[in-house]
Amino acid sequence: MKKVALALGLLLATALTGCDSGPSQQSTPVQSLSIKGSDTMVHLVSSWTEEFMKSHPDVDISVTGGGSGTGIAALINGTTDICAASRDMKEKERKQAEGNKVSPVELSVARDGIALIVHPENPVTSLTIDQLRLIYTGKVTNWKEVGGSDTPILLLSRESSSGTFVFFQEHVLNKEDFSPSARLLPGTSALVQAVAADRGAIAYVGLGFAAEAQGKAKTLGVQASDQPSPVIPSEETVRSGAYAVSRPLFFYTNGTPNETAKQFIDFCLSPAGQKIVRETGYVPVS
Amino acid sequence: MSRSRKLHITDKLMRLLLVSAASTSVLIVCLIFLFLFKEAGPFALQPGLEKLFDSQWIPVSFQEEHFGVGPLLSGSALVTALAMLVTVPISVLVAIYIAEIAHPTEREFLKPFIEILASIPSVVLGFFGLLVVAPLIKALFGLTTGLTALTGALLLSLMAIPTIISLSEDALVSVPYALKNASLALGASHLQTIFRVTLPAALPGIVAAVMLGIGRVIGETMAVLMVTGNSAILTFSPLASVRTMTATIAAEMGEVPFGSVHYQALFWIGIILLGITFALNIVAQRVLKKYGMMK
Repeated sequence: MKKVALALGLLLATALTGCDSGPSQQSTPVQSLSIKGSDTMVHLVSSWTEEFMKSHPDVDISVTGGGSGTGIAALINGTTDICAASRDMKEKERKQAEGNKVSPVELSVARDGIALIVHPENPVTSLTIDQLRLIYTGKVTNWKEVGGSDTPILLLSRESSSGTFVFFQEHVLNKEDFSPSARLLPGTSALVQAVAADRGAIAYVGLGFAAEAQGKAKTLGVQASDQPSPVIPSEETVRSGAYAVSRPLFFYTNGTPNETAKQFIDFCLSPAGQKIVRETGYVPVS
Repeated sequence: MSRSRKLHITDKLMRLLLVSAASTSVLIVCLIFLFLFKEAGPFALQPGLEKLFDSQWIPVSFQEEHFGVGPLLSGSALVTALAMLVTVPISVLVAIYIAEIAHPTEREFLKPFIEILASIPSVVLGFFGLLVVAPLIKALFGLTTGLTALTGALLLSLMAIPTIISLSEDALVSVPYALKNASLALGASHLQTIFRVTLPAALPGIVAAVMLGIGRVIGETMAVLMVTGNSAILTFSPLASVRTMTATIAAEMGEVPFGSVHYQALFWIGIILLGITFALNIVAQRVLKKYGMMK
């Protein structure tokens, strides 16, 4: 055993001496900025970044997805400058942040509507929030119970790790649990694929993805309990809040953002930045 | 310092270096176990290990969170069992053909192809499953969706086949010639010799090969995550959707609040999974050793 320990020490020593000093310093100081978080927002944030870096060649921005939870965890652990999140911070996470001496500042940078998509051949054109809740909690299992044909409903959902999942659970399922027979798929593109393949399928995706899936999938109108008629999700209805299943998208920073981060955030909220929001299928806040 | 003394020291150092290299793998395995227990530990105190015996896995909930490993264990077991049902007969027959019947040129042609099968990235297999196997299963059984345990099992069998073939073939080749010759001398035909003499003699090696194959299959993640539908239901129907332990860890670990109960529960799944593969490996090694087939 002593021999093994000694040998390991030796191994470590060789490993350490083998390390090289890093690359030589570059002549111009490059400001780096890391943005981490929501998968829903990756596309939007990447588009912002591309545009921003055109006018700021000295700034190097890295964008990574992985989900809102990952982004928030990264902010708490101090491994990212900006966290992109498609949901509010949870109480637990706020406590963790406090424990780590991090004070999250929340800023709404865009709005997103969550569209319900079904197979193009499905005769149903709209559902009420109540019907959606019954469908997703597994109490309604056939389309004929909500005015469709006699087909079993195939429930599709994002994984429980996605911000969209939590949002949907809170606002549509009224905090009830999803039916255990819901198929959980990793990622939105897999959902669109599955809806295109199955006549009885229903899934929820971001508004931007629903627009891209036209032809493969049909978007349903949604009627909240206090509305006279169903509302089709669109930029107008999401911004006005008429469409029931919509949410703000956030940036979180630790305290007031540093100079580079502030420049970037200001750009995102500028008319040029909000134009990009529209182009990527989301809804501007201003 | 005399020359012989110098040599002696170099010898010692060399030895030390080799021992250290050899001991890293042992150390790494121990460290992994240690780390898993360290992360999973607090769960045993709060909310208590009995929570893992819940019948449901609902880690994200506004009502009450359930961390029952049962549905995930059954999911992994079902997919693995189905995969083995498909894999074992095919692999053993192919191994017999390659070891006993095939012409040397045929063998040279077949073996590289089997190796290639082993090297397909699981994500690529997953895509193949999503676009080809799932629609096929759906059409074949008239289901609403092809995302089922069976679909996952078929993909997994593609991954296990190469492992089991090459190990079974080794076992068959290592059967002493004297046995085969004796059988042939007694007037048995070539096929009779294979099925009555060679195969029984190589059986322990084949059993070990199957165990290692199971180990490979039960730990596979990506391909399964893509095609089994991931519903955490306690079921033993091949056409139902299942959620395996590996898929659960892969899908949820990225998002889970660090150090939460859910996070610890995922680590418990990791411990169970590692325990299973570890046990399978140990048993398989024992079997191989006992029958002198270790190379």
